[in-house]
Amino acid sequence: MSLRIVVTVKYVPDATGDRHFADDLTVDRDDVDGLLSELDEYAVEQALQISENSDDDVEVTVLTVGPEDAKDALRKALSMGADKAIHVEDDDLHGTDAIGTSLVLAKAIEKAGFDLVVSGMASTDGTAGIVPALLAERLGVPQVTLLSEVSVEDGTVKGRRDGDAASEQLEASLPAVVSVTDQSGEARYPSFKGIMAAKKKPVQSWDLSDLDIEAEEVGLEGAWTAVEDATPRPVRTAGTIVKDEGEGGKQLAEFLAGQKFI
Amino acid sequence: MAEVLVYVDHVDGAVRKPTLELLTLARRIGEPVAVALGNGAADTAAALAEHGAVKVLTHDASEYADYLVVPKVDALQAAVEAVSPAAVLVPSSAEGKEIAARLALRIGSGIITDAVDLEAGDEGPVATQSVFAASFTTKSRVAKGTPVITVKPNSAAVEAAPAAGAVEALAVTFSAAATGTKVTGRTARESTGRPELTEAAIVVSGGRGVNGAENFAIIEALADSLGAAVGASRAAVDAGWYPHTNQVGQTGKSVSPQLYIANGISGAIQHRAGMQTSKTIVAVNKDAEAPIFELVDFGVVGDLFDVVPQLTEEVKARKG
Repeated sequence: MSLRIVVTVKYVPDATGDRHFADDLTVDRDDVDGLLSELDEYAVEQALQISENSDDDVEVTVLTVGPEDAKDALRKALSMGADKAIHVEDDDLHGTDAIGTSLVLAKAIEKAGFDLVVSGMASTDGTAGIVPALLAERLGVPQVTLLSEVSVEDGTVKGRRDGDAASEQLEASLPAVVSVTDQSGEARYPSFKGIMAAKKKPVQSWDLSDLDIEAEEVGLEGAWTAVEDATPRPVRTAGTIVKDEGEGGKQLAEFLAGQKFI
Repeated sequence: MAEVLVYVDHVDGAVRKPTLELLTLARRIGEPVAVALGNGAADTAAALAEHGAVKVLTHDASEYADYLVVPKVDALQAAVEAVSPAAVLVPSSAEGKEIAARLALRIGSGIITDAVDLEAGDEGPVATQSVFAASFTTKSRVAKGTPVITVKPNSAAVEAAPAAGAVEALAVTFSAAATGTKVTGRTARESTGRPELTEAAIVVSGGRGVNGAENFAIIEALADSLGAAVGASRAAVDAGWYPHTNQVGQTGKSVSPQLYIANGISGAIQHRAGMQTSKTIVAVNKDAEAPIFELVDFGVVGDLFDVVPQLTEEVKARKG
């Protein structure tokens, strides 16, 4: 038996940098350093654990859609232990929204071949968290998402989804799409050996024509949503700061009472 | 007037507050038609009518509880086909966003998630979103199809606006995909008796400075004196001091209460992402240089173990 796992990852602007919009109201990806989205590290980790716990012949492929620099995200995942990588890159992809991205990912996943897709719970830049559900819909396979615990055995994926009201045990047959949360287990750091090995691992590059996608279906022009305005949040006016000299709690209560909270 | 579909989040017929907020927003765009599914669906009608629903489409089947997400997508799609609405509004819960996304794809529409405000526009509803850890505010609209928009809790006031709220049965045929993911077990969360974190008017949070699970008792005591929800920073959750369901921040809940009280929280970007849109922010921290103080309306530099209990006592005394 073999098990083909595709992990979708995103190259995102560093959240600790000065993230902002470009003139066309797309996310500026040039001025801020990018990296593998932290939440996708958990997806890579769970894919590797499924691989390590399996008796099957497992192959873990990491897939990203993004500009040239997005290769850095693939390298990181390969150095953690993934087997190979696919980079979908095309100038016409600039400005693609979540619906368009899910189309590109789905076509690439189908072309690569898969038994299991593993995604993070959301990206750290867009933060919508809808791509895994969109992939399941497009691929026509079960959606087993937002898992804090995941396992694969005998062609079945099982997991625990911790919601606000209840914790649910889920089960579906492969092929399937799963997404994992930051509670699924700490992601490993790449070892020196892993970093060296990653340099020799194959990274395939595909463009839109490789995936039979027309330019009009994606990009800013093809986007299903239009951002009309982006303004920086006004800087909060400096508040009152007091040093506690024994009355700090009372002073805070006084402020809250003045604001009618008490 | 155009109809606007509102997906109802309810627990056995008890409508949750974010749905009532959606009705307020829906009335700015058209006539709200609510869709309530699962056990107790018909029991939602009175509350929905009181807040502006002209119609309540209901359907109950065991599939809604036994399988993940897709049965609800099937039903909402049936409602869209029956009503041909001007927009579909869904509460921005984790499940709500997944339902909305799959629906949008099926009906050939764009989707906007996590809106914090909504107004009518010449080319359809305009949604306000708070992005990049709330450092930017964007205004967007759906460019293709029937706009599907998910809205965060606390984005609008709940308003009484009595309407007919006529209950109608929704005809639903489940797709082959509906039974793909089975829910084999469900453990309900123990109720704390406190308000839901994302819906609360006041949130009291603890971070690294709380320094131990047992010390969260003083955070809880302050919360209870104010009738508030309890939040925790990622540092506190990762340390195992408080449950992940209470985490506020980039990888936890994003909250926007009237008042946010941060105790022993430094205010790293990861945390700010989840609380920066709070109306009033106050903080207690030993470190005068902590970035949280850049956000506050009122801050106390001091030991939270002195300041917080004193504040709790003072709140209790003033409330009598």
